[in-house]
Order: sequence, then structure tokens, then C-alpha cells
Amino acid sequence: MASYLWAKRAASFLRVSVPFRSFATVLKDLKYAESHEWVKVDGGDIAVVGITDHAQDHMGDVVYVELPKVGTQVKQGKSFGSAECNKTVIEINSPISGNIVQVNEEVRDSPGLVNASPFEKGWMIKVEMKDAEELKSLMDADHYSKFCQEEQDRDH
Amino acid sequence: MRLPLMNLFKLNRMPILRQLHLEEMLMRTSSENWCIINDGTINPTIVMGISGKPQELLETESVLRDEIPVIRRMSGGGTVIVDQDTIFVTFICNKDTIPGLKPDPQRIIQWTGHLYETVFNGIGNFSVCENDYLLGERKFGGNALSITSKRWLQHTSFLWDYKKSNMSYLKLPQKAPNYRQGRSHLDFICRMKDYISRSGFIDETIRAAGSHFQLTPLHQKDGFLNQQYEHLRSRLLTIDELEEAAVYTPAVATRV
Repeated sequence: MASYLWAKRAASFLRVSVPFRSFATVLKDLKYAESHEWVKVDGGDIAVVGITDHAQDHMGDVVYVELPKVGTQVKQGKSFGSAECNKTVIEINSPISGNIVQVNEEVRDSPGLVNASPFEKGWMIKVEMKDAEELKSLMDADHYSKFCQEEQDRDH
Repeated sequence: MRLPLMNLFKLNRMPILRQLHLEEMLMRTSSENWCIINDGTINPTIVMGISGKPQELLETESVLRDEIPVIRRMSGGGTVIVDQDTIFVTFICNKDTIPGLKPDPQRIIQWTGHLYETVFNGIGNFSVCENDYLLGERKFGGNALSITSKRWLQHTSFLWDYKKSNMSYLKLPQKAPNYRQGRSHLDFICRMKDYISRSGFIDETIRAAGSHFQLTPLHQKDGFLNQQYEHLRSRLLTIDELEEAAVYTPAVATRV
């Protein structure tokens, strides 16, 4: 997910208003990437990946999600799929390296789940981790909350 | 302050699929900035965004009957039908290229809006409305973007002119901008040629780009164009896919 934030006030030149929320949900038990994806270890070496509430809130309505096939290799920090919102295809990066063992078909059929339930029904892929040590390079919830706030402050 | 560098690729009647492949290749494999201007394409071609569904967007029986090629491109956005009277302009930039510009869709569109405002320079009451480019109350170009962690691409197909008969291949989209207000396609769009000459638009666009970037023109026969590209997402839909769409009846289907 490319790192960006929506303008806070209405872009009068575009004659549109831009929604803004001060607080997005950040779950305690997850780890987070600077590109706004989350990862949760789901028993053993399996990690579940999705995009954060902060990300979906700033993207707007997700109308399409492109996900890879089971068996695809993913690499930490590299793109594994994309989402379309507001005429834009945005790359989604994997916060962890490994082999994709499951893809959320429900999100393919109902991309709005990414907006409605980014941490639960909107999960995207499950990855058999190549190296669990990679999780240490990701942010915890507090650090991610601070990161989002700093990013927001830089943009205003 | 020195302006960022940008390569300027002026093309003439490059087939649109080839142009899209070139853009995708430059987006993925180049670390330089690019402005691509293609003065028309050869044959009428329908181009949908990445999520476009032909059964919802096209009069597929007519499209099949008249053998109109249909492309699904790698960027988002809506459906257009392009031909020799369409002028294509694309910007591909590293995310930090333009000082102060954060690579999010609305800010990129706003930046292009300011650029094109100088192109029209008071002619035709140019504005950007709900991500479309308007002259007065009518659309003459839209936006389609692709953003990665390091780069962004924004491209537009401008209606310098169009044939009414070509518009009949497109359905009224289920999701339309508010400012469209239910207008038919022909009441919603306008021809750029009623406001500016073809060469004038291209020259002024290059001039406007030149106020933001240090442009390096490249010749059309540069080596990039001869490369074979693999694993590209922009592609031609097959006859089978269009035939399958033709037998599918969505809940709402309205001719434009």
C-alpha cells in the first residue's frame, strides 16, 4: 500500500470533499508495515495479511481487489496484489516473506469487505512464513499508531 | 532551484495497447520520470479500467459484430473508446519527484489539473470536477492512475474529437459522477477541437510540463519501443470473454 494521506480539508478546486478521521482502529496483537499492511501469526508458521483500518479509510471505497494464486511466493516489502479505489490501482505489499497457502476469495467477490472489516473479513492472504524473524522488523500497535500520527502531521 | 528531469516521448498513432505496454514497462523497470504524448491511435478501440466488466459497460453484441478490440488496462478508472482523434497524455513519476506533492490520487489529479489549467489559459472554462476534466459542464478527459510504493502513473485520453457512432458501443455506467446528472453520453462530453487546435494542445501541454520539469525529448524510434514486454497486465480481451459477456444480462443495463 503506497504511503499517502488524504488532504484534510475539502479540495475546492476539485469541487469534492475529502473525508477525514482522527482515529483509526489499531489492534494490539498485530504487527504493522510502514506501507500500512498488517500481519497476524495464526498458529505455527502461518501469517494472515491485510491492510489497516487507517489505509482503507484514506483510500475510500475499494471496488476491486487483485490477489495472487495459492502457491505464489511473496517477499517482505514487495507487491503481492492491488486494490482499486477512486480510479486508482494501488499496490499492496507483503509485510512477510513466504509461500501463499490461502487467498480470501470473499474479498475478491466483495471488495467492500476491505473497508467494512479490514482486520477480520477483509484479510487478503495467508502466508507460510519463510523466516519468522522478519516480524521483528515490523511495528507493534503503539509504534504504528505513532507512525500514522507523524505521517498525518507531516502532511498538514 | 533546478527542475526535476523528465523524458518526453512524443508518439504518433501508436496503437493504444502498445502504448499501455510501454507505460507499464516504464513504470515497473525505469527509475526515471516520463511524459508520454501519443497523438491518436490507429483503430477505434475500447479501453476499460482494471476492474471493468464488459457485460456492464459495453453493448457487447455490437462490439462483437463490428469487431471492436477491447482492452483492460492496468490502471483504475472508467471506460473510453479511443481512435485517431484521441490525444493521450501520461505522466510517470517517482514519488518524491515533485516537491511537496504526496503521491495520493486526489493530490496527483489536482496537480495535473493545475497543469492543464495553464494549457487552456482561460479558454473554455476549464475545471476539474469529481476527477474529470471539464470544459464548461462537459467532460473531455478523465483520470486513471496507478500507484506503487515508489512511483505513480497518471494517464488521460483526451477527446479532441469523436464519432457519435462510436459512443453507441458504451453503456451508461452504473456508477456515474454526480455532476453527470443522468445526461446521456453525447450530452455529457465535448470535443476539445471546439476550443483549441490539436497542435496547440500538444504544444501547450509540453510547455506546461516544461515549467515543472527539465524535459529531454526522445525520438519515437528509441530502443524502448522495440523491446518485448512480458507479464504485462494491460491486455486484449478474447472473443470468448466478450461472447460470454454478451449472454450475461446484468440487473441494470442502459444504453448511453
